[in-house]
Amino acid sequence: MSDPSTPDPSTPDDPAPVYAVRDLTRVYPGSRTVVAVDNVSLTVRRGQRLGIVGESGSGKSTLIRMLAALDRPTAGDIRLHGRSIIGVPERRLGFLRSAVQLVFQDPRSSLDPRMRVGDIITEPLRSRMMRHRSDVPDDHAARLTEVLEAVGLPADSARRFPHEFSGGQRQRIAIARALAPRPEVLIADEPVSALDVSVRAQVLNLLNDLVDRMGLTMIFVSHDLLVVRHVCDSVAVMRGGRIVEAGTTEQVYQRPQEPYTQALLAAIPTIRFER
Amino acid sequence: MKRASLWTGVVLVGIVLVAGLVSLVWTPFDPNRVFPGAALQGPQGAHILGFDQLGRDLFSRVLAGSQICLIVGVISVSIAALIGVPWGIAAGMLKGWPSELLMRVADILYAFPALLLAILFAAARGSSTWSAMTAIGIATIPAFARVARAATLSVMSSDYILAARASGTPYLMSAVRHVLPNIAPVLGVQASVSFGMAILAEAALSYLGLGSPPLVVTWGRMLREAQTYMFNDPALALWPGLAIAGAVLGFNLLGDGLRDLLDPRLREAV
Amino acid sequence: MSLLEVRNLSVAFGRRPPTLTGIDFTIDAGARVGLIGQSGSGKSVTALAVMGLLPEYATATGSIRLGGTELIGRPDALFAPMRGNDLSMVFQEPMTALDPTMKVGRQVAEVVRLHRKSSREQARALTLDMLEQVDLPDPEQVYDAFAHQLSGGQRQRVVLAMALINQPDLVICDEPTTALDVTVQQQVLRVLRHNLDAVGAACLFITHDLAVLSQVCDQVLVMLDGAIVEAGELKSVFTDPQHPYTRGLLATARLDQVAPGSRLPTVADFYRRPERTPGTEVAG
Repeated sequence: MSDPSTPDPSTPDDPAPVYAVRDLTRVYPGSRTVVAVDNVSLTVRRGQRLGIVGESGSGKSTLIRMLAALDRPTAGDIRLHGRSIIGVPERRLGFLRSAVQLVFQDPRSSLDPRMRVGDIITEPLRSRMMRHRSDVPDDHAARLTEVLEAVGLPADSARRFPHEFSGGQRQRIAIARALAPRPEVLIADEPVSALDVSVRAQVLNLLNDLVDRMGLTMIFVSHDLLVVRHVCDSVAVMRGGRIVEAGTTEQVYQRPQEPYTQALLAAIPTIRFER
Repeated sequence: MKRASLWTGVVLVGIVLVAGLVSLVWTPFDPNRVFPGAALQGPQGAHILGFDQLGRDLFSRVLAGSQICLIVGVISVSIAALIGVPWGIAAGMLKGWPSELLMRVADILYAFPALLLAILFAAARGSSTWSAMTAIGIATIPAFARVARAATLSVMSSDYILAARASGTPYLMSAVRHVLPNIAPVLGVQASVSFGMAILAEAALSYLGLGSPPLVVTWGRMLREAQTYMFNDPALALWPGLAIAGAVLGFNLLGDGLRDLLDPRLREAV
Repeated sequence: MSLLEVRNLSVAFGRRPPTLTGIDFTIDAGARVGLIGQSGSGKSVTALAVMGLLPEYATATGSIRLGGTELIGRPDALFAPMRGNDLSMVFQEPMTALDPTMKVGRQVAEVVRLHRKSSREQARALTLDMLEQVDLPDPEQVYDAFAHQLSGGQRQRVVLAMALINQPDLVICDEPTTALDVTVQQQVLRVLRHNLDAVGAACLFITHDLAVLSQVCDQVLVMLDGAIVEAGELKSVFTDPQHPYTRGLLATARLDQVAPGSRLPTVADFYRRPERTPGTEVAG
C-alpha cells in the first residue's frame, strides 16, 4: 500500500474513499462542556492502514466510536462509500455493521464470559441486521472454522469458554469475531495495549498478516507510536480533539512538523545503558 | 428523567418534614380539641378536611401525626445505624470465625420481624412510642450490618487500603481513616430506605394498638379508629392512609434517587 | 551485607501450586534493580511478599531480610511501623491507590505522622516541601485537592511523595508508569530517578517494559513462571542474555529495530515453555 495517506481534507478528488469524514465535532454537554472531537476531517481509502495516535483525552476513541456509529456527532458528516451514516436509524445501519467491525482493547471485558467461543464468534452473523445480507456468510459453522483457522486457534476452541484462554488467545478470539461477517474495514482500538510485550508481537504479526491476506482497510488506534509505525502506512496525530499532524508514516516519523509530534516521538522510551 | 424519582422523593419528604416542624408550633386547631356536635361532619370553613368520629379537626390531626412518624423514623434508624454499622464494619474487617459469628447472629436477628419484636416488647414493658421505636430499631440492625459489611469488604480490597498499609497504617486504623468515609454514601441510601420502613412499621403497630398511647396523634391509630366508619365516611381513613403512603413512598424514592445519583459518581471516582 | 536479602522465597496461595518457587536475590543499599517478566510471572507477588502485604491465605516460606531484620513471620504490629519508613511502595494505578474521599495532601501528611511525632503544621510543611520535590507546581493547591481533581501524572507524583517522604531505604515500584501517557511517563521517571538519588534509597522496579527498565535500573532480574531465570548487570544482560527466554523478551521489545510491516520476532522463536495445561502457554 504505497498509496500516500490522505487524512488531509485538501484532496477530496479521491474517486471512492471508504470513509469520508467532514468537519466532525462531538461535544459532550454538561456542567463542564467537553469538546471531545473538534472539527476533524479525514478520508480513508480502500486498503489504507491508518493509525490514529494520541494520548488519553485526545479524542481518538470518540472519533472511532462515531466512525462505527456507536456515538452520534454533534456536527459534521461521515460517509461510508459515499453514503452518509449520520441520522440513519440503527435498523438501517446494516450496510455499516456488515462492512465495519471492531476489535477492542481488553479482551477480558469484550468477550462475554458465559458464552462459548463458537457462539461469541458467530454472534455478529446471527444479528437481525446481518442475517439476510448477501455479503454476510450464511453457513455459520463453515465460517467459524475458517476464521478460527485464520487467527491460528485450534478448531476445538469453539466449544470452550473465554476464561480458558490466555490474554493473547482471547484477543485472537476477538479478532476472529470481527472477521466473521467478512468486513471490509477493521477498526482496532488499542488492540495490544492490554497484552504483554511477548504476546504483543504475535498479535501484531497476526493483524498484519490478516490485513494483507484479506485486503482489509484498517483504522488502528493506539497511544504507542512504535506499534503504529509498525502496522500502519499513514498516521494522524490527535491532540485535544483535533488532528494536529497527518501524513504517511514515513513522513510523520522521519520529519515531524508539529512540536507536539516531536515531543511524542522524543518521549518514546528506548533501551539505553547510560543515564 | 432519571432524577425524577429523586425529586419526587425530595418533595414528599420535604412536605412531611415541613408538616412536622410547623405542627410543633402551630396547627389550625388543637388536634385533641373536640368540637361538640361536629363528629363526622364534612369540610366546612376553616376545617378544610372536616371532623373525625369524635368531632376533632381532621387536618390538624393529620398534620400533628407527622411528628410521631418523623420521631419514630429518626430514633429507630439511629438505633439501627449506631449498632448495625460498627457491627457490619467489624464483620467486614475481621477474618475467620469472629466475622462468621457476627453475621450469623445478624441473620438470626433478621428472622425476627419488627412486629413480633414489638409485640414482645409491649408484652414485657407495656406499649409506648419508645417500645415501638426500640423494636423497629433493633429489627433494622441486620439490614445496616449487611450493607455495611458488603461495602467494607469492597473498600478493604481496594488499592488505597493496600497503599495505606504500605505506608504503615495499622490494619484497624485504616477502618477509621478510609472505610467510614467511603461507605457513607451507601449507608445514606440505606438510612433513607429504612426510614420509610420504620414509618410503615410504626403505623402498623399503632394500628394494632401496640404503639403510642391514645392521646398521642398517630396516622396508624387514626386509621384504626376510622375503620369502623369506613362506609359512612371513607375520607376519615383516606387522609391518614394517604399520609402514610406518601411518607413511605417519599423516603423510598429518595433512597433510590440517592443510589442513582451516587453510583455514577462513585464509579467515576474509583 | 546487602540491604535486602531474599533467600529461597516461596509463596503459595491456598492449596494451589506455588506462585513463587524458591527465589533468591539481593539488593545493595542505593542500588536500582529491575524485575522483568510477563503478567502472572510472580513479579507483583514478590513485591507484596517483601512488603508483608500478601493476603491471609497466602503462605510465604524462606527468608527476607531488610537491613538484617527478618521479615517473614514478623508480626504485623512490628511490621507496620517499618512500612512507609524503612521500605515503601509505589503502585501501578495512582487513581485507585489514593482514597477518593480524602484530600491528597492529608494522605501524604498522614505518612509522616504515622512514623514520627510531629504536629499537623510540621507534617504539612514537610508534605508541601515533598510535593515540590516531586515537581508538582503549586503544592498548596495540590495539597487541598482530591484525587479526581488531579491528572494521572500529578496523582502518581503524589503517590511518589507518599513513598519517599520518610526517606526509606528501599522503594518498591510496581509498574509505576504503565497507566500513564508517554510524555507523562517520561516526566515521572525523571522525578523518580532524581528523588531516589536525593533520598539515597534503593529501588526494586517492577515492569514489563524493557526500555523503561533500562532508564531507571543498573541491575536486572528476569522472572519466568515464579522463578528468577537470569540476573545480572543491566548492560550485560541486555547485550549478552544467557537464558533463551531473556533473548526472546529482548527481541520482541526492540520494535524500533524491525522494518515496519515485517514480521516481528516473538518469544516463541527463542523459548518454548515445557508442556503445561492449555491456556497458560507463553504462545499467545
